[in-house]
Amino acid sequence: MATKAALRTEIQACYHCGDKCVEEVIVAHEKSFCCTGCKNVYELLEENNLCTYYNLEENPGLTGKIKGSESRFAYLDDAGVETQLISFKSDTICKLTFYIPQMHCSSCIWLLENLFKLNPGISESTVNFLRKEVSLTYFPQKTTLREVVTLLSRIGYEPEITLADTDGKKSSKPNRTIIYKLGIAGFCFGNVMLLAFPDYLAITEGLQRTFGSFFGYLSFLLSIPVFFYSARGFFTSAWEGIKQRMVNIDLPIATGLLALFFTSIYQVVTGTGPGYFDSFTGLVFFMLIGKYFQQKTYDTLSFDRDYTSYFPVSVTVLKEDGKEEAVAVRNLKVGNRIRVRNQELIPADAILLRGQAMIDYSFVSGESEPVEKVMGEVIYAGGRQVGESVELEVVKEVSQGYLTQLWNDSIFSKEEKHSVNTYANVAGKWFIIVTMLVAAGSLFYWVPRDTEMAMKAFTSVLIIACPCALSLATPFVHGHTLRVFGRNKFYLKNTHVVETLAKIDTIVFDKTGTLTEPSAAEINYTGKALTAAHEQSIKSVLSHSTHPLSQRIFQSLTGEVVAVMHFQEFAGKGLVGEVNESVIRIGSASYVGVKTDAVKDTVKTTVYVSVDGVLLGYYTFYNVYRKGLKHILHELEDKKLAVLSGDNDHEQARLKELLGTEAELNFNQSPVQKLEYIQQLKDRQHRVLMVGDGLNDAGALKQSDAGIALSNSVTNFSPSCDAILDAAAFDKLSMFLGFSRKTMKIILATFAVSLVYNVIGLTLAVQGLFSPLVSAILMPISSLSVIIFATLSVKFAAKRAGL
Amino acid sequence: MYIIFLMIAVSVSVATAFLVAFLWAVRSGQYDDDYTPAVRMLFDNETPAKPAQKPDESTS
Repeated sequence: MATKAALRTEIQACYHCGDKCVEEVIVAHEKSFCCTGCKNVYELLEENNLCTYYNLEENPGLTGKIKGSESRFAYLDDAGVETQLISFKSDTICKLTFYIPQMHCSSCIWLLENLFKLNPGISESTVNFLRKEVSLTYFPQKTTLREVVTLLSRIGYEPEITLADTDGKKSSKPNRTIIYKLGIAGFCFGNVMLLAFPDYLAITEGLQRTFGSFFGYLSFLLSIPVFFYSARGFFTSAWEGIKQRMVNIDLPIATGLLALFFTSIYQVVTGTGPGYFDSFTGLVFFMLIGKYFQQKTYDTLSFDRDYTSYFPVSVTVLKEDGKEEAVAVRNLKVGNRIRVRNQELIPADAILLRGQAMIDYSFVSGESEPVEKVMGEVIYAGGRQVGESVELEVVKEVSQGYLTQLWNDSIFSKEEKHSVNTYANVAGKWFIIVTMLVAAGSLFYWVPRDTEMAMKAFTSVLIIACPCALSLATPFVHGHTLRVFGRNKFYLKNTHVVETLAKIDTIVFDKTGTLTEPSAAEINYTGKALTAAHEQSIKSVLSHSTHPLSQRIFQSLTGEVVAVMHFQEFAGKGLVGEVNESVIRIGSASYVGVKTDAVKDTVKTTVYVSVDGVLLGYYTFYNVYRKGLKHILHELEDKKLAVLSGDNDHEQARLKELLGTEAELNFNQSPVQKLEYIQQLKDRQHRVLMVGDGLNDAGALKQSDAGIALSNSVTNFSPSCDAILDAAAFDKLSMFLGFSRKTMKIILATFAVSLVYNVIGLTLAVQGLFSPLVSAILMPISSLSVIIFATLSVKFAAKRAGL
Repeated sequence: MYIIFLMIAVSVSVATAFLVAFLWAVRSGQYDDDYTPAVRMLFDNETPAKPAQKPDESTS
């Protein structure tokens, strides 16, 4: 292989993944790669004649930089794990489906569907791009589950196998009920329309006598499946509302549908008219389209992932004879001795038995600095070990750990708190009350004068005032809003969130990871100027440490890494190593030998450097606030702002400057305190939006009226929040809030449009001037125009808002 | 004029045939993924010959 490392002045894009080759450029096969990982994938594909991959899309690959050891897949050899993952197994073939979040372009589809060329044991692989899933069939005699997963991981598509996957099968069958309902409603609607044609053309006279009852009965027949199958959802929802003594949007719809259906039957049976079966089926059809539209938007987002999604699936258990064995976390028992290696998560609350534990609790508490633990201390589940491997004894089962308990807090079991007072429901309540009053009024007016007319007017009012606009406008406007947000990397859990966002008056931010960018902590060097030789030596020593602070300094230094003698790492203290016969010490003040009274600011994180016992200087780490944060916060000034931080208060002055003097700043907050703070705000009648990131905010996120989880990778993060915001789109937060307020106005405008129709219709109806012809024409037109109006105005508003 | 009864019967049966075809298409999973097949057909004839099949369904 013609591989050589070369430094280029010009920055090149990696042929495989398209990343900028900043650190070094590896040139192989006349192509440049950013790392050996990428190069290896290229070579693997090239050997198997699979380079079409690169022709379909430019730089389609995924960076190979972050790679763990392949031994971590050992648990897949476990028969128990295998049976839980596999969806079909016979002696000759196995079928299963993996979730592969990395899938992003047509090249991915192509490569994943050509897996059989890389491993002859795989017979077939089919991609579902929208769900980011690949369905595999393999021959268990020729290959194993572990080999398949290892292959996928090697080419950069490591499947996401989580505890939730192995935790019993969820039914993976897609929900097609809505499509069936829609298909049947559409079929019946079309045919009933056809049969109602004579009515539309007002040639009823001649035809009515011969075909009237035949057409009527046929329409009735066609409406039966719509009534009993397609429209069932509206009736059940309305019934649920009545049972809970609530008037929801589905109640007027259900009433309208019932009135339409039974009046039509009455008319057909008595021979008084053709009925309104066309309006009835059409209405159901249109409303189902709205529902389908909504469902489709959610399908691409999987919100059902919970804390178990973050947990490792397997863990190394030490047997009594000293042998190691990979065991599924689910099967972990109290008393098991486990080994946790560098960068692995602690799966269950456990006692430290051996080793230097440096636990990074950023996953639980959001704060990124590792905490040192001594032997005998309890380490809670969810921490990540940084450094050497440690041995632990499990004291609690996975299901009873601290993390699970936090998750099971009563807040999380509260469901559908938004469902009560939504816009449409409030409006719908008034709408149905007014409609009922008008209908009763016309009945009251006509009964003494003309009983026939009274019946006609009463049903006409109910039919024409059927709140189709209310039921159609809201899902369509919200559905489009969700799409606009989705395009801008802001993913809402359901449409109610749009309304909640529009009413927000208080915004609470978590600090670490939300206002600050943890990965980009700024480093400042203070002290004697470093020579190139010094930088090189320091970098070389740091290259042996996986500590996050070491890694950050390492990245900031230039020069080649050279050999280091007598390297030693003292966890929680520092490093020492010999480079070119001088001793380099890097670490805390006490470790390097600086007098503590010389250290002015103890709260800041500092790392000292000495060479041969002489102090050179120190590195200071600053939190880096997100780009344009000041501007974003300025735009949100009309709201009450607050910050909740689990960190100490040394950033107080900077935050005050950023947020203004009126903002409430709270430091050293535990997850429970955060939750209580939000509750206090809510008790004071504030509408609270919480923006957070970690699982520690999960309680606060859930407690708030709307909780937004800020995430760097959408596929990996979705705790029990109301929305996920991609960190890259954080600067658009105020725009999102503004836009949701605007969509509320659009809904109001849509209501106004339908009100015009209803006023015209009602005026005719109460006078008894209303004929089936007018009904048949007015109803579909009003529904259609409401849909078109809603769609166009949201598009227009989005364009104007720049979203 | 009674030809209309026949015509209506024919039209409804044709429509029913389409409905059945539609329901079959939904059942066979054609509506589960409306993106991937559109991309797959653009690949050269190296694609697997067998059509898409859901793993949890019988092959009938």
